[in-house]
Amino acid sequence: MKKLSFIGLALIVSVLLTCSPAFSDSLAPFKGEKGTLKVSGGTAHIPVMKEAAQQVMMANPDIQISIAGGGSGVGIKQVGEGLVDIGNSGRKASDEEIERYQLKLHKWAIDGVGPVVNPANQVKALTQSQMMDIFSGKLDNWKQLGGADRSINIYTRDEASGTRAVFWKKGLKKGPISSGAHVVVSNGAMKSAIAQDPYGIGYVSVGHIDEMVAPVALDGVVPTIQTIQDGTYKVARGLYSNTKGEPTGLTKKFIDFLYTPEGKKIIEKRGFIPAQ
Amino acid sequence: MKRYRELIAERAFLLSALASSSITVAILGFMVFMGLPLLKQGGLHQLLLKPWAPFQGLFGIYPMIMGTAAISLLSLLFAFPLSLGCSFLIGSIAPQTVSKGFRRLIELMTGIPTVIYGFVGVFLLVPIVRELFQSGSGLCILTAALVLGIMISPTMTLFFCDSFDRIPKAYLDAADALGASPVQKLLYVILPAARHGMLNGVILSLGRAVGDTLIALMLAGNSVRVAESVLEPARTLTAHIALVIAADYESPEFRSIFACGVVLYLFTMTVTFLVRYLSFSKDRTV
Repeated sequence: MKKLSFIGLALIVSVLLTCSPAFSDSLAPFKGEKGTLKVSGGTAHIPVMKEAAQQVMMANPDIQISIAGGGSGVGIKQVGEGLVDIGNSGRKASDEEIERYQLKLHKWAIDGVGPVVNPANQVKALTQSQMMDIFSGKLDNWKQLGGADRSINIYTRDEASGTRAVFWKKGLKKGPISSGAHVVVSNGAMKSAIAQDPYGIGYVSVGHIDEMVAPVALDGVVPTIQTIQDGTYKVARGLYSNTKGEPTGLTKKFIDFLYTPEGKKIIEKRGFIPAQ
Repeated sequence: MKRYRELIAERAFLLSALASSSITVAILGFMVFMGLPLLKQGGLHQLLLKPWAPFQGLFGIYPMIMGTAAISLLSLLFAFPLSLGCSFLIGSIAPQTVSKGFRRLIELMTGIPTVIYGFVGVFLLVPIVRELFQSGSGLCILTAALVLGIMISPTMTLFFCDSFDRIPKAYLDAADALGASPVQKLLYVILPAARHGMLNGVILSLGRAVGDTLIALMLAGNSVRVAESVLEPARTLTAHIALVIAADYESPEFRSIFACGVVLYLFTMTVTFLVRYLSFSKDRTV
């Protein structure tokens, strides 16, 4: 209870020697810069944040960047209270939050939220109404969908999650989520839960989908970076980095870095679409 | 000069005792104060007895209270025989060297962070429970209670051992003189004599089980429905606090975690008073 910052994925990123010491133009603004930068919030953002931080710290060892998870709610709250410099969220902060904390939103990528199952599961395509029935608890056995004769284990995220907010709004059309659903605390935890459970179904940020979990086609559309980009996959959202007021110094440089060619390359590599 | 120093020391101790005890009271006061707006809105009845459905405006913590009760009591059920066996072995059956080694090991076990137990449980126990019972995900009350039982058992064992050690040697000698076997000695002499101390151990372990956060968070599945069987997921009060702390702090969701805090606090307080009362009554009788 007292170590809440440990909930979710807390990562202190260290400088890795294996990274290429590319000193490209995108990293030039960090020259001569010094200090620490604290980032927390949305867990969908972490892969990009981690790699961006690594490159910045490689280029300039005087900069320390720490990245913690916690979810969108935590990100918005912590940046608003001045606990961190950048609070990530996988949903747009509400007008009330923006006003209360004087938030400045920086949307740097488009992300999808896709339903996922264990790779061993035979059911890899659903219609939206089937999915709504699964998550509401109406459909409760994989047999009804052509799978094994086992009950469906639903996994969802906590109420402050931006991933949940988007999936609920666009994937489930604001339909109910069964009160019997398991609740996990981050995109990473969701992925390991589904990778462990052959009879589970959950949803993660598309950037997190890899061979550990299998994406489920929704109405015939597989959630991938291409289908999100061309608009055929509809459960999409922006990834935001929020600051309290206009960003300055290192915070501004770090956010600006996400919009440089180098930053966009990282975003693409991690499975997202860079914002224009 | 010496008197003067003594006086200072006395006052300093008094001050620190006052400070720590007032902090304890202040925490309760703070939680009640923070939870008050919600209490006024819906009343204690709604808070304690309604389900949790924030999107429908229901912020009851009843399922969490039930989850906490189910998981901690079941874990006690697992831990008790385990600890009893362990302490019998250490206390009287095993030869000195073996029992010393076991005792050191168990002392070491009390120091292992709960997150390690949870972590190991996720990868070892969850798949076993899922396949063994052919239902659910394996993240359920049973799994959490098993791991929690293992987690609290070292503390309980050490308590049991201590209360065995406190039995007057004359009792044991008398049993030996009558030709009692080690098992008879355990059943008819040690157990009745150590009863009070053992009860203390059980109650304090229950307190630990109720207060633990990470094992429940990682292994119980955290669903907000009141479970109908031990193979269904459930959420404890502590896990609930950890999950909801991310919510907007102006929201009633967030307020409700103070109610969880108050419930946990009152529970721990009751347990502590119970222990004190039992020790007191024991001191009087012996």
